Amino acid sequence: MGVKVRIPTPLQRLTEGKEEVEASPGTIIELIGDLEKRFPGIGERISESGKIRRFVNIYLNEQDIRFLNNEETLVKDGDEVSIIPAIAGGDNRNV
Amino acid sequence: MLSIKREDIEIVLEHARDENPREACGILAGNDGVVEKVYRMKNKDLSSVTYLMDSMEQFAVMKEMKEKGLDLVGIYHSHTSSVAYPSATDIERAFYPEASYLIVSLSNKEPQIRSFRIKDGKVEEEEMRIL
Repeated sequence: MGVKVRIPTPLQRLTEGKEEVEASPGTIIELIGDLEKRFPGIGERISESGKIRRFVNIYLNEQDIRFLNNEETLVKDGDEVSIIPAIAGGDNRNV
Repeated sequence: MLSIKREDIEIVLEHARDENPREACGILAGNDGVVEKVYRMKNKDLSSVTYLMDSMEQFAVMKEMKEKGLDLVGIYHSHTSSVAYPSATDIERAFYPEASYLIVSLSNKEPQIRSFRIKDGKVEEEEMRIL
């Protein structure tokens, strides 16, 4: 059955324009490794040194994995993973 | 081009004033560049210099939009003490090339409001049509 992964628009150029791809069950970080093998370059857009990037939100079904087990969150057959960029910015003069 | 109703501009301006001195942020939902609905969002950073939408609120709103057949037409936020132009942080954190980035500046007596596209690190101002 596999895991359904929803890819955001800016990363679809790495997935041959596909909005949704299949992946194997496992932890989130393993799933990203699996995606990277098939769609080279996607891994570093989502994660850095094994950690999810600050402005990338990953949801297992409808829950932000930061409220689950982060990168170690277990994804099962039939689950749906959504990768959705954060919406962020600001007037940075003092940041 | 971004098309938006005057009353929706008023909602955005009111939100910016309500949050001042913190930055306000929200989502402009609609179709084909026409705003149909404004979602006032929480700024999780509670900051006068940055904004970050709450991840769960963002997910819930995007789900509701999908159910209503609305796309992400734009993202708005306020600059409390600088001009209505994307900052380096805005450009670095712009992950939605398909959306308009509407910026409200409250740095002058009269609020300033401008719309941009931010794609691959490049900023382009776009026309706004008030409906």
